[in-house]
Amino acid sequence: MTTTATRPAPSPAGGADESTPTTLTLAKAITAALHDAMAADEKVLLMGEDIGRLGGVFRVTDGLQAAFGEDRVVDTPLAEASILGTAVGLALRGYRPVCEIQFDGFVYPAFSQIVSQLAKMPARLAGAGTVPVVVRIPYGGGIGAVEHHSESPEAYFAHTAGLRVIAPATPQDAYWMLRQALTQPDPVVVMEPKRRYWDKGDVTAGAASLAEAPSLHSARVARPVTAERAAAGGAATVVAYGPTVRVALDAAQAAAEEGVELEVVDLRSLSPLDTDTVVASARRTGRVVVVHEAPVFLGLGAEVAARVTEAAFHSLEAPVLRVGGFAVPYPAARIEEHYLPDAERLLDAVDRVLAR
Amino acid sequence: MPAATAEPVQLLSPDGVRQDASGDRARHAELVSGVGAEQLRERYRDMAMVRRFDAEATALQRQGELALWASGTGQEAAQIGAARALAAQDHVFPTYREHGIAWVRGVDPLQVLSLYRGASHGGWDPTASGFHPYTLVIGAQLPHATGYAMGVQRDGDVGTGDPARDTAVLACFGDGASSQGEVNEALNWAAVFQAPVVFFCQNNGWAISSPASRQFAAPLARRAEGFGVPGVQVDGNDVLAVEAVVREAADRARSGGGPTLVEALTFRVAAHTTSDDSSRYRPREEDELWATRDPLTRVEAHLRSTGGADDAFFDAVRAEGDELAARVRRGVREMSDPEPLSMFDHAYAGDHPLVAQERAWLETWIATEPEEAR
Repeated sequence: MTTTATRPAPSPAGGADESTPTTLTLAKAITAALHDAMAADEKVLLMGEDIGRLGGVFRVTDGLQAAFGEDRVVDTPLAEASILGTAVGLALRGYRPVCEIQFDGFVYPAFSQIVSQLAKMPARLAGAGTVPVVVRIPYGGGIGAVEHHSESPEAYFAHTAGLRVIAPATPQDAYWMLRQALTQPDPVVVMEPKRRYWDKGDVTAGAASLAEAPSLHSARVARPVTAERAAAGGAATVVAYGPTVRVALDAAQAAAEEGVELEVVDLRSLSPLDTDTVVASARRTGRVVVVHEAPVFLGLGAEVAARVTEAAFHSLEAPVLRVGGFAVPYPAARIEEHYLPDAERLLDAVDRVLAR
Repeated sequence: MPAATAEPVQLLSPDGVRQDASGDRARHAELVSGVGAEQLRERYRDMAMVRRFDAEATALQRQGELALWASGTGQEAAQIGAARALAAQDHVFPTYREHGIAWVRGVDPLQVLSLYRGASHGGWDPTASGFHPYTLVIGAQLPHATGYAMGVQRDGDVGTGDPARDTAVLACFGDGASSQGEVNEALNWAAVFQAPVVFFCQNNGWAISSPASRQFAAPLARRAEGFGVPGVQVDGNDVLAVEAVVREAADRARSGGGPTLVEALTFRVAAHTTSDDSSRYRPREEDELWATRDPLTRVEAHLRSTGGADDAFFDAVRAEGDELAARVRRGVREMSDPEPLSMFDHAYAGDHPLVAQERAWLETWIATEPEEAR
């Protein structure tokens, strides 16, 4: 057994207990979270294809093998089912594996292990053990990639009891959500918006930021609309997550120029859903549009629409609308802009809920 | 690296004669040199108890007490031999037919039956027994075993030379599972990382209705060479030979020598499960042939011919088996259904608002149901 026991390198966020914010890309915020989690808990280990010497195809694990050694940053054989399957075994031995799936479309060989083993093992064990495996999946389109590199499979996992599914949209959220995922007892699928990997933001790292962090499953109002403004009419709620949070914020800016105020709710957690935050916003504005890259049919938007309708029916001024991908396999990159929901398509739906 | 043996390892012939200990066989015979008459009586008792338990479970299914039963009859030598080769700290990742290994590892037979009754998904504590949950998705447990073994490596519990510390992991599968991608992935993975796994295939000839010839064109044990691990074929109905072969493989794993592929040739005497009818696809001649190779008969013949056991011993084992069957029968009939709300208990280990909400809903629903509907 090779052990490269070296001193952990300083966290890319500036150190485990640094409370001063650092500007980081979303990708580097994840690197910092992984680094700090590994420094805090020797049972955390990373597994995946090309994550060691190369640092991952997106360089998210860059420098971590040098810092923590080959036993804790494991370049695995090219076998997704076994990346997940061995992670289940490692978790049963008391480890906290973080599996990197290289791209969304390559998670399916591991689907059986995630859905039938990882998700169901706690119920099978009936309290005699836990499997706190974290599965990181860079997902979504918009990067001009070839087939299988642009998909949004989150609904499969959100539909599976036993899993928690999160989709951070900002560097700060990516940091603390991953840190929290690595201190709680359940399996977590992390949908990482790969076309936002290079978006920058301030990140406060370390234990102090974790103490102040909200619950792992709380949505966030990324752009609020005042109660007065909402009551005056001409306001709507846009529910987004992952890569479409930026789309929603861009749309809100454009709408504001036309006198329409959009409250943007970033779900952050896809399972469980923070229904309360979404419903509260729906009650304020009376109009809701949900936007995601995944196909609209049976996507997260359907669940949000159903729950908002059940809980806020009498506050709604219009049906909840969904904007997203079409019922087709993800198209070739040269036409993906026509598949992906953008600010224009979102604003069209906003116009419809506002009957403009 | 020894190539897959030309002939399956056998130490006790079907008529109960210790085979001549020469050549390769001498090495295997040496590995079980500690198994004298007393130990062989213990192995016999294990096998007889498990067979009696199995017969009782089949009867309980026919009486409507179990939803299903997957009989392990005929595979007692493979399972008891493998289990007796393990150390207390070793771990086992079973299929759903490993009743003999469960017995040796001290899992309460009633817990196994609660799964087949539909009262649980298993629920025994693998930390206490080292015996992990039954896995019903064919072959899915092999990556688990391999990952567990990677954890063993990281804990430093390999190659220390401390017999109470060094740990092996037994990964059970069948001839049908050998066609699954994950089984081959796990073999390859364990070989690459030299993980302390014993890949233990009980080739019982049939995967429901498909003969082993539908699973592989070359003997399974030969596949080992391609993975870069030792492979060995053993007479799976010879409890001594299985114990020797698995002991050698487990010793290798514990000492840091990496994985081994063991193919135990045995026979599924019953149908796949109580829902299956093997007369629709299996020639009767095959059942008749394997009846002459019964794993218990040969140990009994050996013990009797060598003076290792007499009628009193076999009568006592039979009586003990009947006591076990009575306890199992009583236990299953008295087994209460789980509380309906228990379905929410272990979906997540941490708090989950939706599960809490749905639990509360069902609790209220049950409480307000009309009396006659309860």
